[in-house]
Amino acid sequence: MTLTQITMKQRGFGQTMRQGAWWSKSLVVLLVLSAFVVYSTWAAFQGVHYRFGPYLSPFYSPEILGDATYSWFGAKPSWLPAWLPFTPALLILWAPGGFRFTCYYYRGAYYKAFWGDPPACAVGEPRKSYRGEHSFPLIMQNIHRFFLYVALLFLIFLAHDAWKALWFTDAAGATSFGIGVGTLVLTMNVILLGSYTLSCHSLRHLVGGRIDQLSAAPVCQKAHQCASSMNRRHGLFAWLSLFWVAFSDIYVRLCSMGIWTDWRII
Amino acid sequence: MAIATTATSATTAATAATATFSIWRGDAQTGQLVDYTTAVGEGMVVLDAVHNIQAEEAPDLACRWNCKAGKCGSCSAEINGVPRLLCMTRLDTLPLDKPVTIEPLKAFPLLKDLITNVNWNYEVKKRIKKFNPRPPDATDGTWRMQQKDVDRVQEFRKCIECFLCQDVCHVLREHHLHDEFIGPRYLVYAASLEMNPLDTEDRLKDLKDNHGIGFCNITKCCTTVCPEDIKITDNAIIPLKERVVDEFYDPLTKLVRLFRPRKK
Repeated sequence: MTLTQITMKQRGFGQTMRQGAWWSKSLVVLLVLSAFVVYSTWAAFQGVHYRFGPYLSPFYSPEILGDATYSWFGAKPSWLPAWLPFTPALLILWAPGGFRFTCYYYRGAYYKAFWGDPPACAVGEPRKSYRGEHSFPLIMQNIHRFFLYVALLFLIFLAHDAWKALWFTDAAGATSFGIGVGTLVLTMNVILLGSYTLSCHSLRHLVGGRIDQLSAAPVCQKAHQCASSMNRRHGLFAWLSLFWVAFSDIYVRLCSMGIWTDWRII
Repeated sequence: MAIATTATSATTAATAATATFSIWRGDAQTGQLVDYTTAVGEGMVVLDAVHNIQAEEAPDLACRWNCKAGKCGSCSAEINGVPRLLCMTRLDTLPLDKPVTIEPLKAFPLLKDLITNVNWNYEVKKRIKKFNPRPPDATDGTWRMQQKDVDRVQEFRKCIECFLCQDVCHVLREHHLHDEFIGPRYLVYAASLEMNPLDTEDRLKDLKDNHGIGFCNITKCCTTVCPEDIKITDNAIIPLKERVVDEFYDPLTKLVRLFRPRKK
C-alpha cells in the first residue's frame, strides 16, 4: 500500500517553540538517577557497615555469601581469586537494578534524560537515526517480566529483614521484641518497594490484563483492578522507593559507623 | 490573567485588553511567523482569537475547525510549541505578556498556514486488521457482553482523532518513520480491537513486525497531550507491548499455552 509521502526536515537538538523550563524535569531525572547509581555502586563495593544490630541494609539483602555468621552459605569461597571484587551486594544488586532499568516508567524517564530521545516532548533530538526498542539492543527491554519475578522474590527477603528488625539481642545474648527507628526505616522500605513492584505494568498484565473477557475470571478481574489502581501511581512509587532504599542503606551504614544513633522506641 | 493592556483613548479610562499572536503563514515551500494583535477577553479560547484575526486582518488565514467544543478534533495545532486543540486552550492559561505562537502540526505535510495533510492517518487505519467478532451468542444474531468487559475498551472509544498524539510522538515528528510505525493513535485503535472480548482476530504479529510497536519508547508524550485524557501509554501501548512479549519473547508463557489455547 502506498502511503502519503512524508518529507520533512528533522529539527536540531533542543529546537522547540516551547516556553519555560521544559528541560527541568529531564535534568532532575538525570541528576537524581545519576546520584543513585553512583551512591549504590559505591555502597555495593564497600562490603562493610551494611549490618547494625538486627538491621541489614537492603543493598545487601539477601546476604548469600559474605559474613560467615549471617549469610546463607557462609563466607566468601576461598577459590575465588583475590583480585576479583567481592561483596554480598555485588551478588544480588543485578536483580533490583535490572528490574528498575527495564521498568516501563524508568525507561520513559531515562530515554528522555540520558539519551535525549526526546529531551522533552516536542523538542528536537540530538541524533538523526532511531530504532527504539524495535531492534537490538533495546529490544532486550522485553525481559522486564523476568526481573519482576525476581523482584517479587526479593520482597519476601526484605519483609523477612523487616521482621528480623523487630528482634533485638542484648549484651547477655537474650533476644527480645523491640522497635527502633531502623525497624521503621526497613519496614517503610519494604512497603514502598512492595508498592513499586506490585504496581508494575508487567504484573498488571500477568494478573489479568492479558485476558479479554475478565468477567469470566473473577479472581483475575479483581487482581487486575487492584494492580490497575496501584499502577496509576507507579511513577510516584518508583521515586519514593528509590529514595527510601538508598536512605535505608545510609541509615544502617551511619549507625554501624557510629555516626548516627539508632533511637529505640520500644 | 496576564493580559497586555493598551490604552485606546487618552480621553477615556476605558482600556481594551489585547494580545499578540505569532501565527505561521505559508505553505510546504516557504513560510514565516506573522504577528497579529487582537482584542481578547474573559472566557476566550485561542480559536476565538484566530477567528478575530481572520475577521479583522487576515481573511485568507487557513485554519481547520468545526465543532469548537473539543469533540471533532479538527483544530489541532501547536500553541507555544505544545500540540493542543485551538478550541480547548483558554487564553487565561497562556502567558499573554509575550506573543502566543500558533503553528501547524509538525508530523504531517503542511498544506497552508495552520492546515496539514493528515491523510496518512486514514491510510494507516486501513492496514490494521478489522474487527472480526465471534459467532453471535443469540439466535437473533446478537452478542452478550458484560459491562465490566466493555469498560476497558470504552476508554479508547473516546478518541476524537485529533492526531495530537501522532504529532507529539517523536518517532513520527522527529524521525518521520511513518512507513514503519503507526503511531499512538493507531496503537490505541489496535488495542480497542485486540482487547475486545468479541474479537477473534490476532494482530500481535502485525503490531510487532508491520506496525512497529517496538519504536515506542514510552515517553508518554502522547498521553500528556491527549485532550480526551486517554491513558494511551499505560492502558493501550504497554498492554499491547506485554501481549507481544507473551507471544514472541516469553518462553514460559508459550509453555503454559501448550496446555491452554489462547483464543477461541
